[in-house]
Amino acid sequence: MYSEKVMDHFMNPRNVGEIEDAAGVGEVGNAKCGDIMRIYLDVEGDIIKDVKFKTFGCGAAVATSSMVTEMVKGKTIEEALKITNKSVADALDGLPPAKMHCSNLAADALHEAIKNYQEKMQNA
Amino acid sequence: MRRVYLDHSATTPVDPEVAELMMTYYTEKYGNPSSVHSFGRETKAALENARESVANLMNAEPTEITFTSGGTEADNLAIFGVAEAYSKKGKHIITSAVEHNAVIDTCEFLAKNGYELTILPVDEEGFISVDDVAKAIRPDTILITIMHANNEVGTIQPIAEIGKIAKEKDVIFHVDAVQSFGKIPVDVKAMNVDLMTVSSHKIYGPKGVGALYIRRGVRVIPRVHGGGQERKRRSGTENTPGIIGFGKACELAAQRMAQDAEREAALRDKLLEGIMERIDYVKLNGPRGENRLPGNLNVSIQFIEGEALLLSLDLMGIAASSGSACTSGSLDPSHVLLAMGLSHEIAHGSLRFSFGRQNTEEDVDYVLEQLPKIVERLRMMSPLYDQVKHSKTQKANAL
Ligand code: FES
Repeated sequence: MYSEKVMDHFMNPRNVGEIEDAAGVGEVGNAKCGDIMRIYLDVEGDIIKDVKFKTFGCGAAVATSSMVTEMVKGKTIEEALKITNKSVADALDGLPPAKMHCSNLAADALHEAIKNYQEKMQNA
Repeated sequence: MRRVYLDHSATTPVDPEVAELMMTYYTEKYGNPSSVHSFGRETKAALENARESVANLMNAEPTEITFTSGGTEADNLAIFGVAEAYSKKGKHIITSAVEHNAVIDTCEFLAKNGYELTILPVDEEGFISVDDVAKAIRPDTILITIMHANNEVGTIQPIAEIGKIAKEKDVIFHVDAVQSFGKIPVDVKAMNVDLMTVSSHKIYGPKGVGALYIRRGVRVIPRVHGGGQERKRRSGTENTPGIIGFGKACELAAQRMAQDAEREAALRDKLLEGIMERIDYVKLNGPRGENRLPGNLNVSIQFIEGEALLLSLDLMGIAASSGSACTSGSLDPSHVLLAMGLSHEIAHGSLRFSFGRQNTEEDVDYVLEQLPKIVERLRMMSPLYDQVKHSKTQKANAL
């Protein structure tokens, strides 16, 4: 039911882990099925230098988290903000309809992390 | 790669002896049992023989067996059939929170159409209280429908005690015995059951065949009208190869039941102990001991999600199932686990292994070799697990 890309990212997830003293952290819970995803960002200048994730969820949730980290690494904040759940799902060659909400989780966690970073910057 | 099938509660392979017999009834003895000629007569004889085998395995009379297309149809026939036949007496139905969807959804459909439903709760091991059943019975109660053994957690309900109460209060009692029939002793007389659903493909028979036991004297309005087969209770040309295969599967089950149960329970216990030794934060779902189906194991592995577990196991050739929300189309966790009071999170990491005749010690060893690695990999990714790792004061397997 999953594409090869999804299975690849599920079995060999990129950027699993945490960043200590991260520039931004975003955590979202999935109201639908109760899953949790956390994304850590390391930002230098305007560039996302490093990104890590932790996910408690299904295969699609792990794969979308992994994919989203791969998509934003080295990108500017502005570019990262343009990433949507659809672009993540497309990058994985699609997700089964019942699993589209899992890709929301990844995009939302990323946007939360960026928001957290921006708030920190304002307060600094 | 090794392939280990541990999903026998979902379905079983057809026994080769069964398949061989069935083949004859596809290619050689294909007559319609309703026909008067010799072709029809030989099929009719085999059909009645199968009816007897099914009846014998539950201590019923052959005339009390109605063949259907499976457990779901038998459940529907029982519940709708009684609801319609006895609607003058009342419209109240009692069921439980852990029934199969074939029962729950049918009851809920009736509840939307003028019937009243009482759904009994279960305790943390999945047991219904006999007292609760007694208290729920009203003058207008026409049906109690409770499963024998639960498909997810293997809990075996006190059917004989409930049957006794139903009889005393003169309420019709239907039992969905799809998971228990052929695996543990089932006796409709001793259990005071009026209607009982059984299925073929859970006991090494073919898919697409089931039966409803209807105690003599109990009225059931048919759902399928037509040629009047099955004593007018279920019209349509009989699925003779399937039914004959089901009959054979019942004969084999009668011979093997005790030895299968013992062997499967031993394998199950070995797997449970092995998991508990090798993995921390694991919870057994459902009871221990005699009141659990011999081949059923259900554990929750905390901090990880069931679908991810199933996918990883599948990649290693291991087939199991899960009650996680992420594995269900509706994205709701298993209603059985929730009814037992488990949190969404624990239901999330639930894993069911169901054993069968072909499983071996080596299968268990293989799972015990693979599962801890998979759990570790997924926990490494889980934001919930580091919280626990960081608070070292928590005790492992404290649940
Ligand atoms: S995270 Fe639950 S379905 Fe994907």
